Amino acid sequence: MADVLASGLLNGLVYALIAMGLALIWGIMDVINFAHGEFLMIGMYTAFWLYTLFGLDPVSTFPVAMIVLAFIGFGTYHLIIRHIMTGPPIVQILATFGLSLLLRQLAFLFFSPNYRSLPHTLVHGSLRVAGVQFGLPQAVTAAAALVAAAALFYAIYRTRWGLALLTVAEDRETASLMGVDPGRVNAQVWMVGSAAVGLAGALMTMFFYVFPGVGFNFSLLAFVAVSLGGFGSMLGAFIGGVIIGLVQSLAGFYLDPALQNAVVFGMFLLVLWLRPQGLFGRW
Amino acid sequence: MVSARARNLALLGALVALLIAFPFVVRGAYPKQVAILVLLYGALGSAWNVVGGYVGRISLGHAAFFGIGAYVTMWLMTAQHITPWIGMAVGSLGAAGLALLIGWPTLRLKGHYFAMATIALGEVLRIVFNDWAFVGGASGLEAPIHVSWATLTFRSQTPYYFIALAFAVLTAGLVAFYVEGKAGYYWQAIRGDESAAASLGVDTARYKMNGLVLSAGVTGLWGGFFAVHVGFVNPDSVFDILISVQMVLVAVLGGIGSLVGPWLGALILLPLGELTRVALGGSGRGVDLLLYALVIVLITVLQPGGILALWRRHGTPRGS
Amino acid sequence: MALLEVRDLTKAFGGLLANDHLSFDVEEGEVLALIGPNGAGKTTLFNCITGQSRPTSGTVAFHGRDITGRAPSATARAGLMRTFQIPRSFTQMSVLDNVMVGALLWERRVGPARERASSVLEMVGLEDRRYVPAGSLNVAGRKRLGLARALATRPTLLLLDEVAGGLNPTEVEALLQVLDRIHGSGVTLVLVEHVLEVVMRMARRVLVLDYGRLIAEGAPGDIVHDDRVIEAYLGRRHAAG
Repeated sequence: MADVLASGLLNGLVYALIAMGLALIWGIMDVINFAHGEFLMIGMYTAFWLYTLFGLDPVSTFPVAMIVLAFIGFGTYHLIIRHIMTGPPIVQILATFGLSLLLRQLAFLFFSPNYRSLPHTLVHGSLRVAGVQFGLPQAVTAAAALVAAAALFYAIYRTRWGLALLTVAEDRETASLMGVDPGRVNAQVWMVGSAAVGLAGALMTMFFYVFPGVGFNFSLLAFVAVSLGGFGSMLGAFIGGVIIGLVQSLAGFYLDPALQNAVVFGMFLLVLWLRPQGLFGRW
Repeated sequence: MVSARARNLALLGALVALLIAFPFVVRGAYPKQVAILVLLYGALGSAWNVVGGYVGRISLGHAAFFGIGAYVTMWLMTAQHITPWIGMAVGSLGAAGLALLIGWPTLRLKGHYFAMATIALGEVLRIVFNDWAFVGGASGLEAPIHVSWATLTFRSQTPYYFIALAFAVLTAGLVAFYVEGKAGYYWQAIRGDESAAASLGVDTARYKMNGLVLSAGVTGLWGGFFAVHVGFVNPDSVFDILISVQMVLVAVLGGIGSLVGPWLGALILLPLGELTRVALGGSGRGVDLLLYALVIVLITVLQPGGILALWRRHGTPRGS
Repeated sequence: MALLEVRDLTKAFGGLLANDHLSFDVEEGEVLALIGPNGAGKTTLFNCITGQSRPTSGTVAFHGRDITGRAPSATARAGLMRTFQIPRSFTQMSVLDNVMVGALLWERRVGPARERASSVLEMVGLEDRRYVPAGSLNVAGRKRLGLARALATRPTLLLLDEVAGGLNPTEVEALLQVLDRIHGSGVTLVLVEHVLEVVMRMARRVLVLDYGRLIAEGAPGDIVHDDRVIEAYLGRRHAAG
C-alpha cells in the first residue's frame, strides 16, 4: 500500500511539472495548449534519439530537450497562437488540437509507431527506503520536477520578469502602457512552459515507453490537473498533478490498472460539474 | 422571375435526383463506399453543428454518442436478435439519453471547459468499454453474416447507400427544421450573448439541452448505421477521438454555423482523405490524418469561417 | 396597487451597500426617471429588479406578484424588460434577427415573429438597416436595436439604462420621438438617465439616488433645484439654492 502511494506521489510530481507548464500558458494568456502532450512526446523523443544515436544519457541531455521545446514553443506562438489569440474559442481549440494531431502524425511518419524504451540508462533499478519500494528513475525525475517547479514558482512570484508576466495576465493594455511588451511576454511564456514539459519528457524516458501517441493521455491528465487546481493558479496545478498521480495509483491498485485513467477522467467530470473553479480558482 | 425559395428547392431536387442516380451510374463498390462515408460525415457534421455552430459549444467528444448508438444497435442484434431497424432507433434514444444525463452540468461550463469535459467523456467511455466483458471488451461485438433486409446485411454497397441517403435527407431536414425555427434563433442568441438572451426571456438551459439532445440523437442513429454497415464494433473504432475530430473538421471546413457547410466539408474532406490513403498505400492511416491536421491548422489560422466564408466574400450578400 | 412595488431593496457587495433600503412605486402608464451620480447604484437597482442580481434583502412586486430574485428569463416573460447600459447586441446576427429573438417570446412561429419584429423596427426607425449585421452598427444604432429587441417582447414595463448615453443632439431628438411613440403605445417607462433633456421632456416624476439611497423625489422642475440633489452631483460648495 505504501508502495502504491509512493509510486502515485512520484508520478504526481511529474504530472505537476507538466501541468504547471500548461497552467503558465493558460493563466497568463488564456490559451489552452491542446498540443501540450505532444510537446512532452517531443521531449521524450529528443532524449531517446540522443541516447540511441550518441549514447548520451537522459540525465545529461535533458537541457537539450528543454532548448528544443523552447524553440518549438516560440515557433508555435509566432506561427499559430499569435493569429488566433483574439479569436473565438473554437478557433483556439482547433488550432492547438490540429497542431497536436500534426505533431503526432509527423512522429508516426518519421519515428514509426513502435513503442521504444531506453534499456540501460545511468539511473536504473529500484530503491527501498523505510520499507517503501520505488523506482529510482521515477524518484530522480520526481526530484527534478520538484526543483523545476520550485524554480518556476520563484521566477513567477519573486522576480521582475515574473511580475511582468503577472501584469500582462491581469491587464494587457495597462501592462504595455507600463513598458511591458505583451508580445515578448507571450513568447517567453510559451518558451518556458514548453521547456518545462521538455524536461519532464526527457527524464521520463528513463522509465516510460516512448511512442507517437503518448502525448494524448498526458494532455488530458494535464488539463485535469490544471482544472482541479483552478484556472490561473500555478500552485493549484501543482497540487492537482500530485492528486492525480495518487488517484491514478490508488485506482490502479484497488480496481484495475486498465481503468485507472477512466477513474481520473471520471473524477475530472465530477469536479467540472460540482466545482468548476477548482480548488484555488479565480472564477 | 423565379423566387429564391423556388430556385433553392429546384436545386435541392436536382441534387437529390443526382444522388439517387449515382449508384446506377457508377460501377464498383469503392466509390459507393466513399459516397456512404461522405453522407455519414456530412450528417455527423450537421448534427455536431447544432451544438458547435449554433448553440456555440465546441464538443470534442461526440464520438461518445456515436459509440453508444453503435454499441446499443450491435448488442441488441447479437445478444437479443433484435433487428437493427429497431436497434438504431433505440441506439439513437440511448445517445439522447446520455445527453440528457450529462447535459445539464456540462452545458453550464464555459467554452474550453466544455470541450475538455467532452474529451474526458469520450475517453471514459472508450476505456470502460475496453474493459467491459459484457460488450466484448477490446474485441467488441461482431454481427453474424446473414444477408437480409431485417439484419441490414448486404453483399452490395448499393442498399447501404440508399439507406444512408434516406437517413441523410432525414438528418438534413430535421436540422433545417429546427435551425430555421424558433430554436435556431434562440440558439444563435445563446451563442452570441447568453445572458442577454436570458434577459429577453430565452430559457437558455432548456434550449441548450434541446440542441444537445437533438445532436446526440442524430449522432447515435448514425452510429448504429455505421455499426451494421461495417459489421462490428469495438471501443477503438467507435469511441475514437479522431471520429470526434473529423465531425468537427467537416463542419469547420465547410463553414461552421451554416446548414450547407458540413455537407460541403464532408464532400471535400472524405474523398481527399481516401485518396491520400490509397495513393500512399503502405503508410496507411498516417498520412491522411497528417493531411487533416494540416487542414485544421491552416483553416484556423487563415480562414476560420471555412470554405463557405470564402465563397460568400465573392458572392452577393443574402438577406436573412 | 402600483405596477411595480419596490420595498426596502438592499444589495450589498461585501461591506458596500450598492442599494440601501430603497422603496418606491412605479404607477402604470407613467414615465419615471432615475437619476444620480455615477456609482449611485442605478444599474444595480435594475439588475435586482429584473433578476441579473439577487437582492440581499427587500422585495420586488410586479402586478402584485412577488418576483424578488427570479431569473431574468422569468421576469421577461412576466412583461418586465430592461436594456443594458452598454448594448449587448448579438453581433453575428442581423438587426432583424436580433429583434426576432425578442419577438419569439410571444410569437410561437417564425412568420408572425418576423412581422412583429419588422413593425418594431419601423417604430424605432431601424427598418432600413434590417439585414445589416448588428456588429456593424454604431453606438446610437445599437442602443436603438437594444430598445427594439426589448420592445418586441411586448413588455408592460420597460427599464431603460442610459439609452441616450453617447448620443449627439440630433440622435437624442430622434430618440425622444421614439420614446414618445413607445410610451404612447401603452408601455410604462423607467429611465436611468444622465442626459437632462430626456429627463425633463419625458419624465413626470424623478427619483434621485446617491450612494445607494433615495435622496429626493418629485417633479423634474423641482428636483433640478433641490439642494440635496445639487450637492450630490456637484458637492457641498455648489448648493446655493
